[in-house]
Amino acid sequence: MDLIIDASYLAAAVLFIVGLKQMSSPVTARRGIVWAGLGMLLATIVTFGTPELLESEHFTVNLSLIIAGIAVGGGYAWVSGKRVAMTDMPQMIAMYNGMGGGAAATIAAVELLKAGEAFPGESAAAYLGVDVAILAILGAVIGTVSFSGSIIAWAKLDGRLHLSKIVPGQHIVNAILAIATVVFAILVYFSADLTTITIFYALALIVGIFITVPVGGADMPVIISLFNALTGLAVGFEGYVLGNAAMIIAGIVVGSAGSLLTHLMAVAMNRSVANVFFAGVGTGPAAADAGQQEMKEIQAQDAGILMAFADQAIIIPGYGMAVAQAQHKIWELVQLLNERGVKVKFAIHPVAGRMPGHMNVLLAEAGVPYDMIYDMEDINADFRNTTVTLIIGANDVVNPSAKTDTSSPLYGMPILDAMDSDNVIVIKRGRGAGFSGVENPLFFADNTKMLFGDGQKAANELIQAVKEL
Amino acid sequence: MIEGLAAIYIFLLAGFTGYEIIARVPVILHTPLMSGSNFVHGIVLVGAMYALGIAETTTEQVIGFIAVLLAAGNAVGGYVVTERMLEMFKSSKRPDLKTSEAAGD
Repeated sequence: MDLIIDASYLAAAVLFIVGLKQMSSPVTARRGIVWAGLGMLLATIVTFGTPELLESEHFTVNLSLIIAGIAVGGGYAWVSGKRVAMTDMPQMIAMYNGMGGGAAATIAAVELLKAGEAFPGESAAAYLGVDVAILAILGAVIGTVSFSGSIIAWAKLDGRLHLSKIVPGQHIVNAILAIATVVFAILVYFSADLTTITIFYALALIVGIFITVPVGGADMPVIISLFNALTGLAVGFEGYVLGNAAMIIAGIVVGSAGSLLTHLMAVAMNRSVANVFFAGVGTGPAAADAGQQEMKEIQAQDAGILMAFADQAIIIPGYGMAVAQAQHKIWELVQLLNERGVKVKFAIHPVAGRMPGHMNVLLAEAGVPYDMIYDMEDINADFRNTTVTLIIGANDVVNPSAKTDTSSPLYGMPILDAMDSDNVIVIKRGRGAGFSGVENPLFFADNTKMLFGDGQKAANELIQAVKEL
Repeated sequence: MIEGLAAIYIFLLAGFTGYEIIARVPVILHTPLMSGSNFVHGIVLVGAMYALGIAETTTEQVIGFIAVLLAAGNAVGGYVVTERMLEMFKSSKRPDLKTSEAAGD
């Protein structure tokens, strides 16, 4: 039986890797998740046959609890996962990720409690062994921080929490809390009694909350990705504790893939991961001199004519488009323009949406084929040959001061060169600054016209305008 | 059990594998892939099942139950959202583009 279980775990790990590999190409991506899902199913089923489980004196109770836990936890996740809107996907991923971190941390808790009961007052290593005890405690800290941090990230992105500070001198308090957690982690190693373990977990929970609360909304994707990597690491460590190869491999693969992804996201936003934790964009005074100029308004009818007679049009969608649920209307507009012979492309900034690739998902939901969608590096040179660029709900990712103004908080961030095209039309709800609170000189440029209004309504008017021609 | 050097081998090789998977991925798939890797660490479910399965005291059973509850949420939720996202990716070479709009509830 042991051999079958171990072989199945190995097979599951292979299926995860193959699945993830397939998910890295749009053509095979759908198959990838199915492969990975089969691996998970296989691993879960064989676990019911583990000898230690079958021989436990509490077999009936424990088995019922396992089934109840899977039914309730899985059932809740199934329903919420099916219901969540595509725009809310990032916070849902944060939530599920936090649950995984919490699970890894609670597994460690069970092991540490066992060690404390077996040899009261002695080092946890007496029962677990030095290596297992250390990794159990490390996994416990990482998993717990990921758990509470992810829940805060979920609450902030879901608009349930608008806090950016808990105490004055937050960073110093955070540092003290972190040190206290490390101290208690060491104490738990030397004496795993219930009180020490409880304080240790409580501290780790608070650290997760305290480091996530000050993180600015624009930096949230980086944090979620980081917590995803951390959960992977915690799962890998607890896999070692339990001697489970599938958990080690899957956990560490996610840990390293997630770390790289976190780094790529931070680079795309011109931030370092440390910067994300210790500073917020837009808190300083924004450059004010741009406010003196006038924005030029355009009516939907004129904008529609401009687009209908263009050779090439590029659409730059931002999160604002998704919030207004305008992606379906935009796709309808694109199809109309295509029928008139206008070449249309979508340009996506790496951090458009709430996560890299989130905008692609939102466009895909509306039915836009992925070969019409271009990454920043591939399309930036093409703006020069473009008659009209339509910007809908995007702001900071087209802000030229990221290139020209060294005092701008955005300075150095790579942007889409929308200002290079002959005409720029910006669909915008109002005259205010963007997500980061920074003024955008593009909106005042000579070749820029503003189409004020809600994204969906404006897109509708554009469709009407093109249809009437 | 996996111990000592063998464990270090596994840690290292798994680390490289993860790096390789992400290194060549287009930005378009970053979110689904993050979601997919989020699903993969849902494997913590088998560990949670084990921890609860061998629990002896009521405290261990309560904590183990929480572990299974959370882990099942991670695994199932991770799968559902990833599958939903990837379902929508399609190429313009296929003509059935408009049908997908009606699919959402």
